[in-house]
Amino acid sequence: MTSPVEDVEVVAARRPQPRRGVSLRDAGPPIALVVIFLVFSALSSDFRTIGNVQNIMDTAAVLAVVTCGITFVLMMGSIDLSAPGIMGASAIAVALLVANNRNDNDLGLIGILVAVLLAAALGCLSGLALVLLKVPSFMTTLGVSAVGLGVATLMFAGVQPNISDAMLKGWAVERFLGFAYLTWIAVGCVLLGYLVQRYSRLGRYAFAIGGAEEVLALSGVKVAPYKVAVFTLAGAFYGLAGVMVTSQLSAGLVQAGKGYDFAAITAAVVGGTLLTGGRGGILHSAVGVLLITALTNGLVQVGVSPYWQGGVQGLIVVAAVAAAVVPQRRRNQVTK
Amino acid sequence: MIDAELEPTVTPLSAEVPALEVRGLVKHYPGVKALDGVDLVVRQNEVLGLAGENGAGKSTLLKALVGLVRPDAGEIWVRGKKVRLKSVVDAADHGIGMVFQEQSLVPNLTAAENIVLGSEGPGVRRGMYRWKTMRNLAQQQLDKIGSDIDPLARTDTLTFAERQMVEIAKVLRIEQRTQFAPVIILDEPTSVLESKEIETLFTQVRRLREFASVVFVSHRLDEVLDVCDRVTVLRGGESVGEVAAAGAVPGDLHRMMIGSTGSDDHYHGNASQRSGEPLRPMLEVRGLSGKTFRDVDLDVHAGEIVGIVGVHGSGREDVCRALFGAEPTTAGEVSLDGTVLELSGTRAACAAGIGYVPAERKIEGMVGPMSVADNMTLTKQKSRCNGPLIAPKKQATLVDGWIERLSIRTPHRGTAIQRLSGGNQQKVVLARWLVAGDIRLLLLDHPTRGLDIGARSEVYRLMRELANSGVATVLLADSLEEAIGMSDRILVMSDGRATKEVACPAGGKPTPLDLVKEMV
Repeated sequence: MTSPVEDVEVVAARRPQPRRGVSLRDAGPPIALVVIFLVFSALSSDFRTIGNVQNIMDTAAVLAVVTCGITFVLMMGSIDLSAPGIMGASAIAVALLVANNRNDNDLGLIGILVAVLLAAALGCLSGLALVLLKVPSFMTTLGVSAVGLGVATLMFAGVQPNISDAMLKGWAVERFLGFAYLTWIAVGCVLLGYLVQRYSRLGRYAFAIGGAEEVLALSGVKVAPYKVAVFTLAGAFYGLAGVMVTSQLSAGLVQAGKGYDFAAITAAVVGGTLLTGGRGGILHSAVGVLLITALTNGLVQVGVSPYWQGGVQGLIVVAAVAAAVVPQRRRNQVTK
Repeated sequence: MIDAELEPTVTPLSAEVPALEVRGLVKHYPGVKALDGVDLVVRQNEVLGLAGENGAGKSTLLKALVGLVRPDAGEIWVRGKKVRLKSVVDAADHGIGMVFQEQSLVPNLTAAENIVLGSEGPGVRRGMYRWKTMRNLAQQQLDKIGSDIDPLARTDTLTFAERQMVEIAKVLRIEQRTQFAPVIILDEPTSVLESKEIETLFTQVRRLREFASVVFVSHRLDEVLDVCDRVTVLRGGESVGEVAAAGAVPGDLHRMMIGSTGSDDHYHGNASQRSGEPLRPMLEVRGLSGKTFRDVDLDVHAGEIVGIVGVHGSGREDVCRALFGAEPTTAGEVSLDGTVLELSGTRAACAAGIGYVPAERKIEGMVGPMSVADNMTLTKQKSRCNGPLIAPKKQATLVDGWIERLSIRTPHRGTAIQRLSGGNQQKVVLARWLVAGDIRLLLLDHPTRGLDIGARSEVYRLMRELANSGVATVLLADSLEEAIGMSDRILVMSDGRATKEVACPAGGKPTPLDLVKEMV
């Protein structure tokens, strides 16, 4: 980062653009979601059942919560790879704090809260390393992920904790209006995330940091606390996601969050949140999560060989992102 | 955050006390004395002009006034009290605010958020936004300057001029912090505005004077004299004089700025009379149409400089970029030296001997951290290569030759271009098209933007030399005066169409007013 004193270069678009209104970039992912639903519904009678829609929503729940967290980080223009480690730590922690086969703890909700707080603390660590040591978020969060996995492995100590807490187990199996409790938790997280993004100073500043960080400094805003807060918030979301995985598996696993970092980044980007920051948001990301999940589900339903699925999914994701940025593409555009 | 010394005073300030006073300000940078004892007085309710060439210390002084630079010695007095400004917030608490040259707004926030950014006050309660209050706060600010911008419009959807109004509205928020009239600093506010927008800005500045003091900085001396009450001139980090604007002419200021009589022949005269026009023009454009322009015809002969003028939105920038293949076209034919061009992209344009100097030098014109040598040979790679490999010796000889020929002031060819002054950067950017010796058409998009008078003059001379050597030039000038001074012919564009062509020979130049009549 250049110092704010030397270079105050905030040159926005040179040409006037259409004002307000929904841009194609914002409309693209929802349209793609509808198209995917229509295409798979036409191809497969199994896909277009209510049961399968419930199935898609339930499958999307954990990814949705992780993506909520990561979206705030991406909006700032930072990146976060700490989800696997933080989720692992909170998954093991919660398994050891609620009723389980390893110890006599039976803390219930308090145990869940403690696990989420532990995760938030790990997220906070990422943020502090970023603002105090000026280490890029790519490296700090990679490191924190390793720390989280280390903490999880220590607590795991070679014996898998199976949970017997009725409430936590119930989250994954009990249903309200046809959807699992976990799905409702995810919906709640998306709503909460949207409120934070739209109405809180934290959310708006995260957005502004992605847009033009130097300007905030020139306006007398200290950005460091907001950055730390965003990483802390993201950590809390990952922690809750780790708890959700434990509920699904009825056991605490170090690998609870494996692969969720890139899955969440993909979902956010497919939904229209830019990696360069300052664009997109929680609702965009939620659409992205549904898009990816529906795609995976649809490929299974229409009988694409599992050997092909990974590759086909990858191609479709790239195509979806390309379609989403079409209106922005112009000659001599720089892409990195 | 308000200092204890700035307690609310009930007694009104005596009219004689200056709003802002600077005494003997000194600031050293390694190897450079940026400020060497500057004195400055800004009276209440006056517009003070600040003039000086690049390197005279203007920007350092302004940064010191808003707390971005801590001076080594000297004093800053605000309304009769000595202050120490440690940050922008500190300066705002003392009622000093600045509209930065490179706009400082967050593009993806609404205008309202930008206006109250950092001082949301009642707009945020317990960390949560209250959008209605925010909107009202912003509306109050916009009303002060009589602007009808929608406070909830996203900032990047506004035009440059509108964004500047948002910045002024934002700076005026500092009134909320102090009960005194604020001091507003405008740093080069007109450099990217078109003439109509400049008039609007000047109206605003005169309105500001009713309740504030203004420091106005501009390279355009006629503007400074037009809008200011008094002008202080800086040279070499010192204040060298003060002029009452009434009755003064730009030449007076210019003399003080450069320490001697300014050259009358600023634009180095038109190209020497060519003996008979060649049969075919070098560049022939027929019926060129694109997204923002239609049916543009244009001829440029070898050795000729043709200026294109027009207000914001006239489409002239896009025509220029289209000729370089950087903007898609829908119809029309362009031929260079009798050969029809494809306009398929910038690569083809380069190969055809077309060069383009973009307006946004720092973003599109150069690779900042790369060396002068690498920037100069960026496009014409063959000029520094033997076969597929770079030949360092060949490059060094070539680059050193051009550094000397264009008298580019750089410590070394290996110096990062971003460390050079604007004028020298621009010369390197120009040299990029010259190193291969195959240039036939030069497209110059605001080639002197942000340069001081001395650097401008050198760029003008270079343009003349190139024209004399047979290069055809299309110029989008920074000002009408520049267009008139440099061009042999001027094409007027309005609403995407070429509406008029004005001959502009030496000795028979039109006045700016003649052109303005055609532009609107």
